[in-house]
Amino acid sequence: MLHLILFLAFGAVCVAGAVNLLAQRHPINSALSLVVVMGALAGEYLLLGAEFLGAIQVIVYAGAIMVVFVFVIMLLNAGEEERTKGSRVALLFGVPGMLTGSLLIAWVLMHSGMGSIEVGALPGPPKAIARLLFHDFLLPFEVTSVLVLIAIMGAVVLAARPEAAQPKQEEEN
Amino acid sequence: MVPLSYYLVLSGILFACGVTGFLIKRNLITIFMSIELMLNGVNLSFVAFAAHWQKLSGQVFVFFVMVVAAAEAAVGLAIIISVFRTRQTLNVDQVNLLKL
Amino acid sequence: MNITTFIIASLIKTVVAIGVLLTGVAYSVWLERKVIGHMQNRWGPTRVGPFGLLQPLADGLKFVFKEDLTPPHVYKSLYLAAPIISLVFALTSIALIPVGNNVTIGGLSIPLQITDVNIGLLIVLGITSLGVYGIALSGWSSNNKYSLLGGLRASAQMVSYEIALGLSLVGVLIMAGSLSLREIVDAQSGFFWGFIPRWNIFHGQFFAFFIYLIAAYAETNRVPFDLPEAETELVAGYHTEYSSMKFAMFFMAEYTNMITVACIATLLFLGGWHGPVFGPPILQAILPVFWFLAKVFVFIFVYIWVRGTLPRFRYDQLMRFGWRYLLPLAIANIVVTALVVALQ
Repeated sequence: MLHLILFLAFGAVCVAGAVNLLAQRHPINSALSLVVVMGALAGEYLLLGAEFLGAIQVIVYAGAIMVVFVFVIMLLNAGEEERTKGSRVALLFGVPGMLTGSLLIAWVLMHSGMGSIEVGALPGPPKAIARLLFHDFLLPFEVTSVLVLIAIMGAVVLAARPEAAQPKQEEEN
Repeated sequence: MVPLSYYLVLSGILFACGVTGFLIKRNLITIFMSIELMLNGVNLSFVAFAAHWQKLSGQVFVFFVMVVAAAEAAVGLAIIISVFRTRQTLNVDQVNLLKL
Repeated sequence: MNITTFIIASLIKTVVAIGVLLTGVAYSVWLERKVIGHMQNRWGPTRVGPFGLLQPLADGLKFVFKEDLTPPHVYKSLYLAAPIISLVFALTSIALIPVGNNVTIGGLSIPLQITDVNIGLLIVLGITSLGVYGIALSGWSSNNKYSLLGGLRASAQMVSYEIALGLSLVGVLIMAGSLSLREIVDAQSGFFWGFIPRWNIFHGQFFAFFIYLIAAYAETNRVPFDLPEAETELVAGYHTEYSSMKFAMFFMAEYTNMITVACIATLLFLGGWHGPVFGPPILQAILPVFWFLAKVFVFIFVYIWVRGTLPRFRYDQLMRFGWRYLLPLAIANIVVTALVVALQ
């Protein structure tokens, strides 16, 4: 019973945050609602027993990736979004379309009879995850670290300011 | 005792909100955040299935999804900064130099 | 124990912890003013009460009675939320800090910790990373160039040094084999060679302690890394536009972060509550808490001592130091510790 109440509470916060992300005009409000969604998802992971994953979700996603998003929004300072003709058309067709699609999928899922999960069904202590990560998934682990290195280099190169050409006249003086 | 389908419906709602945001929003950064929302929805269904089938690999995969999302966010935001520097706007409708 | 006893005990522990923490914050401000005053050959606060001990009370009253203005051009919702975010995340991490062994009151064994989670250290790191939002949002919402620059610099600095902070703790984790704060302290009990206590700082994590110290100074925006809030550089940085109680909240959040970082250092490097314990059972329950508080006090004293002594870094020197020197050193520490532990 308490499990259901907690699931519904965290789920309601998730959905409210997601809808708020769509409804807000200024990107900073959308970014902060996304942080709320990630926090509530960390709560959901805890309910499923994935404690390490919940902590990593807060540290990496909410505490690092979203901070970078908030930085970029603050730096670029582009202001509120305008309503163009294209966005009105997209609103008119997109929102009802997605609503019907998701209601259909939800109906199919609820009537498929898959069984229940208990609180903390699969405890995910760091030791067990580390054992899997460094034994069975060693190759993906190493490949993702190379991927992150490439991403860092790419981000540094793309975001660096283009250098202005230095005039050579100073050498004559 | 929460049925597995509840977790999947929640994950589906988050994914649907992400897709809707991707379609209706016009600010580049908000579109990018909708992509992150989609990834989060998928993470939830991975963890739910891991708990259902009692296999810890689901949680390890979520770990990899988070790492890839971080790498993608870094590069994507660097690209957004470059676009802003050249076009002076973050509105997707105005990044249309390649249009016929 | 059943659920009601647990809830009542947790409520009492929470109230006591928050009370002690806030008093600690107020008196660490007093301590700082006195110590820096004496280092600069002057007295510090002496007039309000004996030795100026009632100065924090006077400061608190001043903050309450000051005019609370909201400038007209700020982004109101985030302007009001930012100090709350800072203070809430700073105060939350006290819930995971154990201060002593289990005490037995009336037959019930009560741990001196509000929650004992087996990933306690990760949660503390997570809460620290969430605290960056308070500073970033306050800088941006103030709609002021100085605040924006100060806020961006402060959050970039905090995010960069968070990495070195976390990595310097990995050595301790490799040696202790657990993320639970209580188990890490229990792994430091006992002595080796008869009289040197097995604290992690003597047991191989000497360099990690100093890496942690430096990263902690940068993480809490204290000298020598306090460029984002230095008065001569950026007016007041990210809290320029804040007055009275909202400014007091930022102030409290900074000192609370200091105390939290000191508590983590004590637990992970200085042996937590281990120290000579003797006497009747009532003394045996209180002495570990006393040793814990004494070690936290020493750490905070070193914080204040460094503030009175060192000049501050320029921002690019600060970022270069964090990324090019501290981070590789922390990684080298992990590699060496892992090698030594694996070869044993």
